Amino acid sequence: MSQPATTPSEGITRRDLFKGIGATLGLAAYAKALAPLTEWKPFESVEDFLQKHYSELSAVDLEVVLKRIEKDTKKQYGADVQVSADRPQPGVKFGYALNLSICIGCRKCAEACHKENNHDRPSHQSYIRVLEMSKGSLDLEKGNAHYDHPVPAKDKFYMPVQCQQCDHPPCVDVCPVEATWKEPDGIVVVDYNWCIGCRYCEAACPYHARRFNWTKPQIPAAEINPVQGYLSNRIRPQGVMEKCTFCLHRTRNGKLPACLEACPTGARVFGNLLDPDSEIRWVLQNKRVFVLKEELGTKPQFFYFFDA
Amino acid sequence: MTIQRPAGPPRVNTGTTNFHGRAVTVACGTCHATTQPNTRTHASAALIQFHQGLNYAHGELTCLSCHNPANYDTLRLADGRGVEFTDVMTLCGQCHGSQLRDYQHGAHGGMTGYWDLSRGPRTRNNCINCHDPHSPKYPLARPVFPPRDRISVPVKAPAANH
Repeated sequence: MSQPATTPSEGITRRDLFKGIGATLGLAAYAKALAPLTEWKPFESVEDFLQKHYSELSAVDLEVVLKRIEKDTKKQYGADVQVSADRPQPGVKFGYALNLSICIGCRKCAEACHKENNHDRPSHQSYIRVLEMSKGSLDLEKGNAHYDHPVPAKDKFYMPVQCQQCDHPPCVDVCPVEATWKEPDGIVVVDYNWCIGCRYCEAACPYHARRFNWTKPQIPAAEINPVQGYLSNRIRPQGVMEKCTFCLHRTRNGKLPACLEACPTGARVFGNLLDPDSEIRWVLQNKRVFVLKEELGTKPQFFYFFDA
Repeated sequence: MTIQRPAGPPRVNTGTTNFHGRAVTVACGTCHATTQPNTRTHASAALIQFHQGLNYAHGELTCLSCHNPANYDTLRLADGRGVEFTDVMTLCGQCHGSQLRDYQHGAHGGMTGYWDLSRGPRTRNNCINCHDPHSPKYPLARPVFPPRDRISVPVKAPAANH
């Protein structure tokens, strides 16, 4: 080089200068990255921190946990709620079917889910994403969930997508801590107290059915649904994953899911796949039924069909 | 399981109020007992009195395809037998057989309550809870708020002058 940027006599080379800048920036970035930790207090109590995995809780442990969650909800949200831990019923496996010829895309199901499952109000969160699809394609990646015009629009059809309760759930396979699993009645659940929030399951789900709680859910006390399940609609902590559970706090007590009751057109059919006389079995046997992304081998227990 | 039923024959509002300020309504038969039925009427615009503004869009049917000229407070089946307004599904099912079949198997029509009938009751809609019998196509609806999660944000269209 004909003209060096610095001379050795000044005692500092260009290389040293950049090293210094790099180190300073690095330190600043590190401090910035750690800053949230100074405000971080995700656990309400020592008991919360020390709680065992759901499957390892004894009946007594579980009762204590449920009571503690009720107390915490009262403290944090000012609402009196009852948290239960309904078990799967023997001889029951849940299935859901949706008639795409009838759905008009009104999003009433998503609204019902929003309320029933105590979703964060500002983000309009819901476990159901209603996709506006162009006729000629069933590619859900091309669906638009953000439409806002009178429905049904010309030459469109509407496909609500929620957790498909796969028999081979990829979201369960990838969880590094076994915080999510498939229950004997077919429902894929999350232990919100065991989840570490890595979001692997969100990435693994081909149906975009899992949601992450970026913030602490905000819900006015008066709007909180007090009938809650440990594995379903209790208010989730910040930093954990959540997903549709077919409203197991309702369905394990024999009730229909909230999204079905809200459907104004009757596009949804729900029931016990193991009961040969159930409505869902009639649909599977008599309609031309298909599942989303069949080629992935996930074996969804959520079915779609068209009339005629 | 309860299937909702229409309250009964409709009452026609006369536009007047009684001594107590309540609207005066009359049964269809009040006027129709003395008027001559016209089998060819198939639009409310063709009627001189009453029924104006009734939006009619239901195939090529005429009024008397479903309404009973022998007794306007009942309906009539295709074979001429009368049928009560409360049994409207029998009437609709004559033409809409596939819908009736699906309904009977729980695969058509909204419902609330229990999937497991051994643990609680279920209430089901009837045809006219959702379909206006004179204009049965399900109307356009304004959708509920869209989600605000990141995956649903639409891709912005490129600017026109690029």
